[in-house]
Amino acid sequence: MKFFHLIWCNLKRKKLRTSLTLLSILVAFILFGFLSAIQQALTGGVEMANANRLVVRHKVSIIQLLPESYQARMNRIPGVDFATHQTWFGGIYQDPKNFFMQNPVVPEEFMKMHPEIVLPPEQMQAWLKTRTGAIVGRSTAERFHWKIGDRVPIQSTIWSQASGSRTWEFDIVGIYDGAKKGTDTTPLFFRYDYFDENRRENRGKGLVGWYNIRVKDSAQAAEVAKRVDAEFENSSAETKTEPEGAFVQAWASQIGNIVLIVAAILGAVFFTILLVAGNTMAQAVRERTGELGVLKAIGFTNGRIVGLVLAESCLLSMLGGGLGLGLAWLIISRGDPTKGLLPMFYLPTRDLFIGVGFSIALGLVTGIMPALQAMRLRVADALRRM
Amino acid sequence: MSENQSNHAALVRVESVEKIFHRGSEDIHVLADLHLQVPTGEFLALMGPSGSGKTTLLNLIGGLDRPTRGLVTVAGERLDQLSDHRLAAWRARHIGFVFQLYNLMPVLTAERNVELPLLLTHLSKAERKKHVDAALAVVGLSHRATHYPRTLSGGEQQRVGIARGIVTDPTLLLCDEPTGDLDRKAGNEILDLLRALNREHGKTVIMVTHDPHASARATRTVYLDKGQLSNEPVK
Repeated sequence: MKFFHLIWCNLKRKKLRTSLTLLSILVAFILFGFLSAIQQALTGGVEMANANRLVVRHKVSIIQLLPESYQARMNRIPGVDFATHQTWFGGIYQDPKNFFMQNPVVPEEFMKMHPEIVLPPEQMQAWLKTRTGAIVGRSTAERFHWKIGDRVPIQSTIWSQASGSRTWEFDIVGIYDGAKKGTDTTPLFFRYDYFDENRRENRGKGLVGWYNIRVKDSAQAAEVAKRVDAEFENSSAETKTEPEGAFVQAWASQIGNIVLIVAAILGAVFFTILLVAGNTMAQAVRERTGELGVLKAIGFTNGRIVGLVLAESCLLSMLGGGLGLGLAWLIISRGDPTKGLLPMFYLPTRDLFIGVGFSIALGLVTGIMPALQAMRLRVADALRRM
Repeated sequence: MSENQSNHAALVRVESVEKIFHRGSEDIHVLADLHLQVPTGEFLALMGPSGSGKTTLLNLIGGLDRPTRGLVTVAGERLDQLSDHRLAAWRARHIGFVFQLYNLMPVLTAERNVELPLLLTHLSKAERKKHVDAALAVVGLSHRATHYPRTLSGGEQQRVGIARGIVTDPTLLLCDEPTGDLDRKAGNEILDLLRALNREHGKTVIMVTHDPHASARATRTVYLDKGQLSNEPVK
């Protein structure tokens, strides 16, 4: 710590150059934060996926429906604990850009299947008593300022009521939270019995979107998935069963290989920053050849000189990186900028640590060449350059 | 040349030293079979024309460079036997440097410049402050402690340089043209200071200079020309 003042003063020597370098590092780390959050939003579901859960969909496509009668058959398959279903409602609240997911579910089964959804018991009771009742995640409730007791109209893009109307009204009876960070709290869930009774006769009555299965032993999940698909082989609606994680992964992969895209962008950005910061440090050391000679003359060892240069480059990159990550975190913590398309938009703690690691690595990589150059300086030669 | 001082009393012993610089395929012989002994407590002036090897000799004595041949022993330590790392530590402990162009860190205040050699010691912040204050008091610059070099006159900057040189209480003070960049008045003040350090504080001083006026303050003057030392000025 006693060398900090010297390192800090050296960093302040060329204020404009240091500020511009700092700014470029800062922008790079803001970008890192945003891309991490976007990656988290698009692939985070894979991490949140439960190893005990399988998703069963129509073999052709997720938009093809499956018979409701499959549920009882699934429950009889060895290794299956129980099954429940969901259906894509595709609703719009006031404006198409107000996107969030709404699905009809069987409340008790749904809550048993998804322990990561936390709903107070009295609200659960209210949901069971109210046929038009719906529960909504806290982020959507806060977004639209909904509270318990509100009646909200949602227009489905897929499902008409028997009356011909596409507008469905739901009573908000519960607001749920996530048991852990990263749980999606944007969807609205309403009762399947209300949905099925009121949808038009010729529009998929008795059909559901997909099934969730909980297996008795996660180690047997692959085997159970095969059994499920075998059960419905050669039927009018063959199935494709996969672990929940794989299902979410496949969903996210429709956009492309997100991890690769993010890595490519970050690679390009950090390579550029490497050159910018590396140039700054190389210039800083070149300009200070004589002063480094003086330090060596008065007894600074080569190792200490290397340490000083590396500490300076690390301080610069960690300042820029820290400020960038801090700003990114502040902006990202305001929530999903798309208002619904990226429900799990947040900067994971893991990525914050990775960012800090990157900033240290950036400092070391940009400082190592100038540091070695300073180390190799011969004192007598360096003093001649004062 | 002959040395009158006893070998045992010599703080600095330079024996049969040769220094050759290589520039491309050319060998430049700067010092040749040079002998010098400097007893403890002496104020030695080293004179000679430009390019005569004065600074090279000073660098060898200060452990900033190594001779091509011969031995340099300072305070009983043979410098050729020390690794670069140990040589740096030895310099920190035994040598104080004063440079012609002061060589202060422009980003540090006077007191921070003086503190630099103390950063290599195990002294606490308070102890370092005490040493810095004492060194600045010796050179008469306590009132300018928080000033940056750019706000100090040349003479004041050189005083800071001297304070940095003596702050660790080194065995030997090596001054390379300490008045070379100063006007006569400021130069005299620096020379008075160096003489006081020698007489009152017992510091052994070796000073390279062109200036006969400066060498007159020393207790002994030797002359260097074409790589050889003599007691008489070069004709």
